[in-house]
Amino acid sequence: MNDFVSGFWPIWISTITLGGIAFCVGLLIFASRVKVTLDSDNTNGHEWDGIKEMNNPLPMWWVGLFIITVIFGLAYLYLFPGLGTYDGKFGWTGVKQYEVEVAKNNEKIAPLYAKYAAMPVEDVAKIPEARDIGKRIFLNNCAACHGSDAKGSRGFPNLSDTDWLYGGSPERIKETITGGRMGMMPPMAAAVGNEEDVKNVANYVLSLSGSIHDSGRANAGKDKFVVCAACHGPEGKGNQMIGAPNLTDNIWLHGQGEAAIIKRIHEGKTNQMPAWQEKFSPEQIHLLTAYVWGLSNK
Amino acid sequence: MSDTKQNAVNKTTIPEQEVVLSLYRSEDKIYARHVSGFFTNWRWVMVWATQLFFYGVPWLQWDGRQAMLFDLEGMRFYVFGLIFHPQDLIYLAFLLIVSALSLFLFTAIAGRLWCGYTCPQTVYTEIYMWMEQKIEGDRIARMRLDDSKWNLNKITRKSLKQFAWIGFGLWTGVTFVGYFTPMRELVPSLLQFQAGGWETFWVCFYGFATYGNAGYMREQVCKYMCPYARFQSAMFDGDTMTVTYDETRGEPRGSRSKKAGENANGLGSCIDCSICVQVCPTGIDIRNGLQYECIGCGACIDACDDVMDKMGYAKGLIKYTTQNGMESRWSRQQMFARLLRPRVLIYTTILLIMIVGMGVGIYYKPDFRLDVLRDRSVMARYTNDGNIENVYNLKLENETEVARDYELKVTGLPTLAVHFSDNNSQQLKALKPFEKRNVIVEIQVPEAETRAGSHKIFFELTEIETKETIKEKSVFIVPSN
Repeated sequence: MNDFVSGFWPIWISTITLGGIAFCVGLLIFASRVKVTLDSDNTNGHEWDGIKEMNNPLPMWWVGLFIITVIFGLAYLYLFPGLGTYDGKFGWTGVKQYEVEVAKNNEKIAPLYAKYAAMPVEDVAKIPEARDIGKRIFLNNCAACHGSDAKGSRGFPNLSDTDWLYGGSPERIKETITGGRMGMMPPMAAAVGNEEDVKNVANYVLSLSGSIHDSGRANAGKDKFVVCAACHGPEGKGNQMIGAPNLTDNIWLHGQGEAAIIKRIHEGKTNQMPAWQEKFSPEQIHLLTAYVWGLSNK
Repeated sequence: MSDTKQNAVNKTTIPEQEVVLSLYRSEDKIYARHVSGFFTNWRWVMVWATQLFFYGVPWLQWDGRQAMLFDLEGMRFYVFGLIFHPQDLIYLAFLLIVSALSLFLFTAIAGRLWCGYTCPQTVYTEIYMWMEQKIEGDRIARMRLDDSKWNLNKITRKSLKQFAWIGFGLWTGVTFVGYFTPMRELVPSLLQFQAGGWETFWVCFYGFATYGNAGYMREQVCKYMCPYARFQSAMFDGDTMTVTYDETRGEPRGSRSKKAGENANGLGSCIDCSICVQVCPTGIDIRNGLQYECIGCGACIDACDDVMDKMGYAKGLIKYTTQNGMESRWSRQQMFARLLRPRVLIYTTILLIMIVGMGVGIYYKPDFRLDVLRDRSVMARYTNDGNIENVYNLKLENETEVARDYELKVTGLPTLAVHFSDNNSQQLKALKPFEKRNVIVEIQVPEAETRAGSHKIFFELTEIETKETIKEKSVFIVPSN
């Protein structure tokens, strides 16, 4: 609990804390019997700019309050951390309190989660209340990359269409959320050949999806696509086992057009989706899966 | 404050003496004498007014709920037809400013009006003193009772008083908690000893505080605890009405027979009967001039006027008057003319502006809430049909107790299309009471029509039934490439 690195500071702090309380008590006792010279008009001769100090004793109940605060302070220091490395009788810490409160809250919502966790994802996705919970989790955690409407943006996949890098079945989505994904395309320019070859292959790739391309270059680049086919498949349909994108549709995660494809071939791309198993409980991931799956399966 | 008398005391100094004294002392108990009269009646009017409100309001109903309820768990304050949320904190700030300014204004005009007539400490002390007087008798009787040995009479009266005090304190505690927990559920649950731990604690705590403060602490609260007594002098000036003893007329004081006349033997009008001291709830002698202990309750005015009446002298030896008025022997009209001095006018102006501003603000307060958050991660998208798209998260909250429907209009760019995510335009419909909803909206603008950069756009959300509208500003970003 404590962050002290030497034995000295805890002693230093405890001494000052307890010494301060002792000093206050001592002052209280000292002031209960003190010699003062008093004038007949009940002043004691102290004067500042014509303002005289009068003898106005403190009411006794105030002294009582003072003593109560001293007792309270000592009791607090006994029960709670306050004296250096001493943890207090209760062993209270802010973290512990937080954990207790989280546990209490989890206990309250556990039956709700358990009810949904027992159903298949496809059924959960049909329940509006469950989708709302999933939506809230999504907005608070996933929307930062995938967008509030889950349609993604450059580099972040669209989750609301039917095009999936790693597969759109509930099991695969759950796997993706739980363990994260690491999409990796190595730089391929050397394997493809010279600059002309790269340009030709790029045009061939464009031709797969019927995008605007130079058909002469595309024909020339067709043979070189073999290098790419290892991952993207002979027809360029991609491979959901390793997350290789489908090149025959018109969805371009990292930018469309010839220049963007040439850049990819030269540089490759590493794209990561973080794993969420540390942050979410399995039940939460279940609900989130249902929400994401439901986006493209109405 | 006139200090001629103080100087008179200081001139006759006795040689200094060294004494051993304690810096603490048990305060003497004050036995305030019963008093009646004009100002006392006004105080009782204020006691009734404030306490009828305090004890009565929790029992009022409004649309099937408690009219005034501070629901801490739901984070909503119900005040009759209005509902306040944490975001409405500004109105609480307004209320506090209005309260503070009212205090400044009343203090500038007539000193400690608040203390003397409406402060809870005064009001409850008045009620507790009334109970005490009914059970134990007036000043002298109470002193005798306290000095006497414990006998049946003393035990009976003392326990009766405790019973009355504790009962009243507990009921005050129940009422206080009734502002936070619905009264009509609280009282039965308390009677069956089934109330929650916190409720029970607060009933007892607030009850004990009432009992202790009004029964025992009384003037000690004003003298030692209350900060207002310490800074009130900053709000006084020479034209502030305060309770003042007319020294010129009263001194030299002395007792005389009623036949002797007002100014016999060179005496002033004060007959030194000390009733003004006996009735004072803080135990001071007003004839020493204005003191910080004086709460301006006017009890000594009523008492002295009574005595002057009996003696056949003119009233007003102790009266509400201003320092300037006293020194210049002004008439009441001359004093009232000074009411229109800058200090009062400035306080009044600011106070009126604040009250009007608060009223207008609350009247026009929309009963729903809208925040527009543009998706920062998704700067802009190109859609397949040549549009640029920005995504917005509308956080919408219905703050009423009924279901509501809304409609959205977006303005700011010549051609823009609004799409709801999931193509679900029903997202703005049928919000349940107090429901919060995230509505995701995509705005699309034709690529060819806008220049690159950020464009201001406005989201106008209208509540269909009441036609109340909130207009929120946001931006639409068009990338440059």
